[in-house]
Amino acid sequence: MLLIHCPYCNMKRPETEFRNAGAAHIARPLDPATTSDAEWAAFLYLRDNPKGIIAERWRHAHGCGRFFNAIRNTVSDDFVTTYKAGEAPPETEAFASEVAPGSREANATGKQAETAL
Amino acid sequence: MNSNALMSPSVRFSLFNLIKEGLSGNAGWPRQWRDPEPQPAYDVVIVGAGGHGLATAYYLAKEHGIRNVAVLEKGWLGGGNTGRNTTIIRSNYLWEESEALYEHSVKLWETLSDELNYNVMYSPRGVMMLAHNIHDVQVTKRHIHANHLAGIDNEWLTPEEAQEFCPILNISHDIRYPILGAALQRRGGTARHDAVAWGYARGADRLGVDIIQNCEVKGIRRDASGKVTGVETTRGFIGAGKVGVVAAGHTSVLMGMADIRMPLESYPLQALVSEPIKPIMPCVVMSNTIHAYMSQSDKGELVIGAGTDQYVSYSQTGGLHITQHTLDAICELFPMTRRLRMLRNWGGIVDVTPDRSPIIGKTPVEGLFVNCGWGTGGFKATPGSGHVFAATLARSEPHPIAAPFTLERFTTGRLIDEAAAAAVAH
Repeated sequence: MLLIHCPYCNMKRPETEFRNAGAAHIARPLDPATTSDAEWAAFLYLRDNPKGIIAERWRHAHGCGRFFNAIRNTVSDDFVTTYKAGEAPPETEAFASEVAPGSREANATGKQAETAL
Repeated sequence: MNSNALMSPSVRFSLFNLIKEGLSGNAGWPRQWRDPEPQPAYDVVIVGAGGHGLATAYYLAKEHGIRNVAVLEKGWLGGGNTGRNTTIIRSNYLWEESEALYEHSVKLWETLSDELNYNVMYSPRGVMMLAHNIHDVQVTKRHIHANHLAGIDNEWLTPEEAQEFCPILNISHDIRYPILGAALQRRGGTARHDAVAWGYARGADRLGVDIIQNCEVKGIRRDASGKVTGVETTRGFIGAGKVGVVAAGHTSVLMGMADIRMPLESYPLQALVSEPIKPIMPCVVMSNTIHAYMSQSDKGELVIGAGTDQYVSYSQTGGLHITQHTLDAICELFPMTRRLRMLRNWGGIVDVTPDRSPIIGKTPVEGLFVNCGWGTGGFKATPGSGHVFAATLARSEPHPIAAPFTLERFTTGRLIDEAAAAAVAH
């Protein structure tokens, strides 16, 4: 089971308190009337599904109930950091190069990020 | 048959050969398939030597005469989801497109051992799907009626009839989710998953297909016009007229090499087996509502499946609370299993589409084909999937059964929405 840091409650809680809500930072098309079918398909269905660093939404469903975002390594399942909804994502390219897939460095980075919050 | 013939790779499995080998120390069985070095180029390269990829190669060689084919596998053949699933076979899907596809597959299962001269241990022992509430009852009966219209067997059982078919089932009214009835597809059942991969590998190899293991694809090479010319691998460049990606959970990664974003997300799907016990379980029982399914292997282990974990992952593991949730349900449905020990649990990475139906066909890149998105229920489709994908590759046009399962459906909106129809498990 994952331990997930909620940036609102500011504590690590077990995964069963949370619901994953898929990839983060996917913007809904602003003008539906001029949005093409291909653009709708991209918004609704196409996903990066990365092997490595992902930005994803979580909801602390059985806690504060709020949505937030997380950066996680999908190979090791280690969280790099979590941050509040509406905040800009950290530079994920940097994490991708720093955190080799499967390495435990992700944990250390996560801890640093946690104390910074 | 002389000893040379027995040493050649063309020896058939037969009662005569079994007795002969039994009397001579089983020393004469040949290797089941070669371990060839990759050639510089092939007509078709299949990426992924799981059941679906190997079946594709087999039918390409057998039915379409395309034998200059390689199947590339980054690990060992059948080492991914083919060897990790719970081996359930059925065709009682809701929509006509799905019924055609999965029924095509069940019909191939029925003769597969003869076709391959390899015992895949297909056992049509019946698949029973439980209904626990009024909604389940209505949806289940809708499925049954839809199946009857498509000529597919599926029948409604009362709780008492369900217990008669599976005597260890708990039909008490006092449990948290009492059983209100069940749908039974008698032609559904199980098969030996490893044997399916091995049988197709052996069959394809004999027809001239090169199965190249420990060969990971690292890139897809294209010419100036964008057409695929081959794949970059850990064992060098391999040219290809056509490339078919059959890579399950890693499909997004591979298609990304050709700059194609896929409507896929990869999740861990867990399964587990108990210690082996005497036969107690005559069929497969599934409950989509409380997330559990169970059958018994020929070794005696209870084979138990769970739902997927909730997050995208490539880790081939998952949370213990998912399996615990499943075992809660198993213990209530089958009280006699409560003191059983579980021997092993594991995860596989399944590629899930938004409509829970697969994608079989062409891609925007010329020469690049894909067969993916089987999600949590791909094993049952192995023969049919390989059969229609081989036809699609050979003709560069979708096989009629595969035609609705295009990548374009996510743009046109013609989804085949089995997610709402079949709840969680497949």
